[in-house]
Amino acid sequence: MGHSMKRKEDARFIQGKGHYVDDIKLPGMLYMDIVRSPYAYAKIKNIDTEAALKVPGVVAVVTGRDLEKYNLHWMPTLMSDTQMVLPTDTVMYQAQEVAAVIATSRYAARDGREAVLVEYEPMKPVMDPYKSLLPNAPVLRPDKPGKTDNHIWHWEVGDKEKTEAVFAKAEVVVKQDMYIPRIHVASIETCGCVADYDKVNNHLTMYMTTQAPHAIRTVIALVAGHVGLTEEKIRVISPDLGGGFGGKVPVYPGYVIAIAVSFLVGAPVKWIEDRSENLQADSFARDYHITAEMAGTKDGKILATRFKVLADHGYTDASANPSKFPTGLFSIGTGSYDYGTAYMEADAVYTNKPPGGVAYRCSFRVTEAVHAIERITDRFALEVGKDPAELRMQNFIKKEDFPWKSPTGWTYDSGDYHAGLKKAMDAIDYAGLRKEQAEKRAKGELMGIGISTFTEIVGAGPSKDFDILGIKMFDSAEIRVHPTGKAIARFGTKSQGQGHETTYAQIIAEELGIPAEHIQVEEGDTDTAPYGLGTYASRSTPTAGAAAAMAARKLRDKARKIAAYLLEVSEADLEWEPGKFFVKGAPEKVKTIQEIVFAAYTNHPQGMEAGFEATHYYDPPNLTFPSGAYICVVDVDKETGGINVRRFVAIDDCGHIINPMIVQGQVHGGLTQGIAPAMYEELIYDEAGNILNGTLMDYLVPTAVESPSWETGHVVTPSPHHPIGAKGVGESPTVGAPPAIANAIVDALSPYGITHLDIPITPFKVWKALKEKGAI
Amino acid sequence: MIAQSFNYEAPDTLAKAIALLQKYGDEAKILSGGHSLIPMMKLRFATPECLIDINDIPGLSHIKEEGGVLKIGALTREAEVEHSDLLKKHFPIFGDVTKLIADPQVRNRGTLGGNLAHGDAANDHPAVMLALNATVIATGPDGERAIPIDEFFFGFYMTALQPDEILTEIQIPIPEGNTGNAYHKLERKVGDYATAGVAVQLTLDQSGNCTAAGIGLTNVNPTPLRAARSEQALLGKPITEASIAEAAQYASEDCSPSSDLRGSEEYKRAMVAVLVKRMIHKALERAGVK
Amino acid sequence: MLKQITVTVNGAQHTAEVEPRLLLVHLIREVLNLTGTHIGCDTSSCGACTILLDGKSVKSCTILAVQANGKSVTTIEGMIQNGELHPLQEGFKENHALQCGFCTPGMIMRATELLANNPNPTEEEIRWGISGNLCRCTGYNNIVKAIEYAGAKMRGEEPASTEPQFV
Repeated sequence: MGHSMKRKEDARFIQGKGHYVDDIKLPGMLYMDIVRSPYAYAKIKNIDTEAALKVPGVVAVVTGRDLEKYNLHWMPTLMSDTQMVLPTDTVMYQAQEVAAVIATSRYAARDGREAVLVEYEPMKPVMDPYKSLLPNAPVLRPDKPGKTDNHIWHWEVGDKEKTEAVFAKAEVVVKQDMYIPRIHVASIETCGCVADYDKVNNHLTMYMTTQAPHAIRTVIALVAGHVGLTEEKIRVISPDLGGGFGGKVPVYPGYVIAIAVSFLVGAPVKWIEDRSENLQADSFARDYHITAEMAGTKDGKILATRFKVLADHGYTDASANPSKFPTGLFSIGTGSYDYGTAYMEADAVYTNKPPGGVAYRCSFRVTEAVHAIERITDRFALEVGKDPAELRMQNFIKKEDFPWKSPTGWTYDSGDYHAGLKKAMDAIDYAGLRKEQAEKRAKGELMGIGISTFTEIVGAGPSKDFDILGIKMFDSAEIRVHPTGKAIARFGTKSQGQGHETTYAQIIAEELGIPAEHIQVEEGDTDTAPYGLGTYASRSTPTAGAAAAMAARKLRDKARKIAAYLLEVSEADLEWEPGKFFVKGAPEKVKTIQEIVFAAYTNHPQGMEAGFEATHYYDPPNLTFPSGAYICVVDVDKETGGINVRRFVAIDDCGHIINPMIVQGQVHGGLTQGIAPAMYEELIYDEAGNILNGTLMDYLVPTAVESPSWETGHVVTPSPHHPIGAKGVGESPTVGAPPAIANAIVDALSPYGITHLDIPITPFKVWKALKEKGAI
Repeated sequence: MIAQSFNYEAPDTLAKAIALLQKYGDEAKILSGGHSLIPMMKLRFATPECLIDINDIPGLSHIKEEGGVLKIGALTREAEVEHSDLLKKHFPIFGDVTKLIADPQVRNRGTLGGNLAHGDAANDHPAVMLALNATVIATGPDGERAIPIDEFFFGFYMTALQPDEILTEIQIPIPEGNTGNAYHKLERKVGDYATAGVAVQLTLDQSGNCTAAGIGLTNVNPTPLRAARSEQALLGKPITEASIAEAAQYASEDCSPSSDLRGSEEYKRAMVAVLVKRMIHKALERAGVK
Repeated sequence: MLKQITVTVNGAQHTAEVEPRLLLVHLIREVLNLTGTHIGCDTSSCGACTILLDGKSVKSCTILAVQANGKSVTTIEGMIQNGELHPLQEGFKENHALQCGFCTPGMIMRATELLANNPNPTEEEIRWGISGNLCRCTGYNNIVKAIEYAGAKMRGEEPASTEPQFV
């Protein structure tokens, strides 16, 4: 623990020997390409496949009508809504799958795709979620029995009346509308699969880009069980993933079509998305319209908050949330501050946009919540005329008040918010920056300093509240130690770059004393790994990491029994130090873990089971609550609106750190994924439903030039309920960075009366705001 | 993303390439760097019957000085332009512009000739060539002809090149006296097409009077645009803050940008003014005036 | 319609009959089965497919296989020499400059030419030098460090510490 061990998985990646889904080539494999709708909302009048079938190499064209025969044209979403696999009548968003072309090569499949002629009758799409709720809006989902409007669900939490009473009497109330834009994970590897159905044995092997292979196997069984593909006949293999970030949790229609085609044709079928298809059709994230309000006293004490959300889900609710949480963990939005009451409500609507709502490097809508609380806190500080750092220090939950019960019902496990912010302020020389800023302002130059002090909620989750499609959100580890003392460990999670092969090995090494080098970690094959819910929402260390420790402890208990037998002493006389048991007071009487394991196979006590294996399914008693204090400094070019992020300091508290190098890497990457929506990325649609930036030429993923040199550090308050005191870190920076950047830019512009800008804050937006305020 | 099928020819002489152009007419496309063309073919926006790859034709890639004229072969890669010592000496503007074109890998393939022949007002070299008063050499069945840069760009993706002509060289007069030039564009992220871009070249005499001025604008007009009124505002007198402001104002008025994801028309006009001002200052600095 | 081409890939000569529209990246991945070179986009934006063509870093998704006829290609698989990792490969591992690994081969191939042209680049030069390669995982800090590390090694100097630095 605490050692920056170099990653075990790197050897293959740096030599071009990673094994990603598009690297798989099976004998007789066919290729699939997908015809997509140019319209956001249209009736399908006819699909003419004749010309396509004549293209050399094309073997089949599959439409919704073909799938309908097998009742495979619709599938359930994780949120118990329904999603088309292929449409029979109506397309609901631009780039929706319309038909699939199967051919003997990638090139022939594309030629076939071009030759499919689809006749559409376009209709006027509903693109604005507010207009979608108007009485005159067309009902987008008449397929759902009894549906008479586009409202999906209403959700609320907190004490509405008490909150209203505080607001009514408060000295200061601030209110801000803000939009958290629709964005995309844009992992560098797109999605894809090879579906390999073996007719003789009625067995499907599904190689696919998934972060949750076990859950996917269950979903496939639920969708295809009625055609004979029951769960024991399905093997899902998730090979190396080129990034996931939540975008590889959902089941996309392409996967299901590939399975159906392989089933029908009896050959392996490969489907790999283009980048444009990936951006235009795969699950989006965010897209929350929020009205945030804060009430407080004139001297800066926060008393209450009230958030109202309109969530645009596209044409179906295909969010990836725990079932009981339609807004995910948005209710963490009371933040790091000690106040008594809050009320939050949300409504979700259908529009003619792609479905989704994935937890993009985010524990289910936490990013949206943190942006709201951190922005409105700055807005409040500005209103009462207090420095935003001072105001935060004034309102933080105190270290000694943990475990702390939040107004929305969470029990925060631990934290030291004052120490985190102080460390960040010292690292960046906050006082010096404020002085410099004052001097610059006197000269008319624009410089801003922005803070975000967020509390995260990760590690979903305790089985009493957390499930996906009824499956509880535990996770698992299975450790087998071989006779020579080397181990293989398998997990229900699936790394997409997080370094599980190294981190999990380090946890087991710490618990058992077997060198991490000799612990082989495997994930992603449902035939071999124990069942688990997968990797997303920073849950791997809090759940599977804990499972690894617990399974190792079971083995240690067994080791103690064997050691006692070998040393002919009672168990109580033994003392453990990593790698060996020895007799108390007689350290020369010792058995190493290797000797003990060997004995487990060669000389185990009578009556004891042979072998040295353990499995643990870890059900976390609570979530973990990592936190962070981020400070950003920007310089703004007044004439062009250009923004330069001069410095960014991130102090994270993720509890005990297993591998500081990997944790820092997670923070660096997450910060770049934080600057992305703060300044560059947004999926933009016009009124006709066309996506305006559906390629990487216009969807602006930051390069090394846009990404500043990040400065990171940490404070450590261990999670009291986690076996090794860890909390999870992957998403903290993505969640925490956008408000720090937005707050810095608004701070730079505040002398001109600018109090808010929606992200992404672009030079054009800055210029426009300055222009409107008469500053230029 | 896969292109429609096509025939591929890789002639080893200019004459053979021109003969192929004559044979295929509109159905042929010249392949030089290919970094505009191949993406369009992959999207099937472009579906030529024949690609004529001119990369094997000798004599089209050079940067040389002859008789007071700088000659750059059309097949010269952006990366060669970027790192040429000869260009650095007279034309630091090429360092400015190439650094902002796409990215290093694309600049290893993309050619100066292709950047111009594509006829795209969003490309960066057209504005630079306007500022530098370049001449485009086109070679056709009847030999070479020289096309002044002001007569080269016609409309959206349209140039003065005839279907059987190939752009073979760019010639740029080497200015005398105190000359400075500079280019900058605002971009949403590195490698993006310009939100607005401005190229400036200024020559001053001994007494500080501006004797030559070239100002070209990128991506703020349907075609690459010379800011003629701005040039006039600077000519024949010493350059002052007032004349710079005037030049900036004229350029922002005379361009015709469209609103898009990069910004509104109003924003782009304002950015043209800011960049004209900044590039004039930078060119003056390089001319040794400041 | 098929064209015969001969391409030297990682030192070995290959002859193939290809459609003119075959992209170089597909020749490498699907004809020659060298799958270390990846595809991440369709607009020459991401750089995952970067290889060396006659020593120059290029995006193999925007070059036709026929254009490589008679030329020499180096891919990530050709970086290891006599069983020794290239300093860049070592640098990426030592400095945790990769996470999912998908952009890594392209990033390493690009950095190879960057260091060949500029053996001792500044941080700013490195950042601009890899601006045609997108990484979604690392935030680039450690990629810059890895290239600095390799540069030092190739100059025969002692590289900076690979331990993570914290404020």
